[in-house]
Amino acid sequence: MRAYVPEYDLETPKTLDDVLRLLAREPGVWKPIAGGTDLMVLFEAGQLRHRNLLSLSRIPELGGITASETHVTLGALTTYTEIQRSELMRREFPLLVKAASWTGAVATQNRGTLAGNIANGSPAADSPPALLVYDADIVLLSERDPRWLRYSHFHTGYKTNLMEQDEIISHISLPRTTAGCVQYLRKVGTRKAQAISKVALAGLAMIHTGTLERIRIALGSVAPMPIRCHRTEAVLTGRVLDQAAIDEAKSAIASEISPIDDIRSTAEYRKRVTVNLLDEFLTSMITEFKSTGRSRSRFGNEAEPRP
Amino acid sequence: MGKQRIELHVNGCKRHVESYPMARLLDVLREQLELTGTKEGCGEGECGACAVLLDGELVNSCLVPVLQVDGRDILTIEGLQDGGHLHPLQEAFAEAGGTQCGICTPGMILASYHLLKLHPHPTEEQIREGLAGNLCRCTGYQKILDAVKQASQRAAGD
Repeated sequence: MRAYVPEYDLETPKTLDDVLRLLAREPGVWKPIAGGTDLMVLFEAGQLRHRNLLSLSRIPELGGITASETHVTLGALTTYTEIQRSELMRREFPLLVKAASWTGAVATQNRGTLAGNIANGSPAADSPPALLVYDADIVLLSERDPRWLRYSHFHTGYKTNLMEQDEIISHISLPRTTAGCVQYLRKVGTRKAQAISKVALAGLAMIHTGTLERIRIALGSVAPMPIRCHRTEAVLTGRVLDQAAIDEAKSAIASEISPIDDIRSTAEYRKRVTVNLLDEFLTSMITEFKSTGRSRSRFGNEAEPRP
Repeated sequence: MGKQRIELHVNGCKRHVESYPMARLLDVLREQLELTGTKEGCGEGECGACAVLLDGELVNSCLVPVLQVDGRDILTIEGLQDGGHLHPLQEAFAEAGGTQCGICTPGMILASYHLLKLHPHPTEEQIREGLAGNLCRCTGYQKILDAVKQASQRAAGD
């Protein structure tokens, strides 16, 4: 049933202090809203639990992409379009740019924000696997002291996270350590555009003198939340990348996911595709190193490959 | 919650409405400003029938609470014509047969307008990506793509 509009309130504060004051005064009452591409869908369906919404869209401190020597920092209001248009992001964080281009289509990308995607917490969201392999930090603001959290610790279960009711996400911070890394992202969905993923795998690796010095692997849509695959990473770190290492990693990743059957796919399919995507990522590194000796990025977003 | 007085700059004109803050921009445009060119399809941001330009960027008006756009510029399909003359994109859609039942057409044309501003000479791939969020249930996609190409070529010839 549709929402009854007069029952809902929306405040549009113009300063960050006003936002934080309202959240501190009535914690749990006010739901922050930015681009509305998730919340307005719930609203229209009559499923938005909160009756009081707090628009962040006029708070200038929450916008913009800035860079220091060591980090690139994205304001909470950074849209998927802004991520794609940023030369710096395209050069250093191409996986996040790619994920942004897969999130809905143009009209959604112009309104939807990175922090909204994180706060909404869908396990099938497009940006989290990339944020996880980039080892992102999240900055939370409230009237208390600001908190820095590792993004890999942020989600605690299906649509639950470590954010308190008086906090908002203010920034997402990415360490500038991607130079020379192999980067991989592939999303498997029903069709190329506008589709929610069945499985998505992001990978980032640094190879030094023939061994995997550092490797990060993250997955979407195969657990109650986006996950880093620490056990699989442990299997591979410090190893020479050969077939034995790849086979061991494939067993490890199959054991650390918990996919389900739902409207988009089956647990069995998701497990098989996860293993295949890992195989593709790792195998591509072997062949690339043999052929060029240099790192390159690999991307894909395709309708279902053969399992 | 009470209604609020909200100022919108629609198609170059200042308009005032009394509206609930969470009313959808789509409903305010259609029901209060009587700009019924903007259509409602899915109501959940999937189909693009309600697309308008907000400060020059394509958005789905079904997902925009009206208070968020207080004082901002909105372009709807009604604002594309110039002094009674159709916009070249509108002409191209009519000539190429890029319109069948017409429900998707306003959103398609505004998405195309947004695309051509960013990429005046788009590749086929860019057109397909630019229109990926606009669904045509008559499935008349080929003629829609033809219309966008035609408008782009005509602009280049002028």
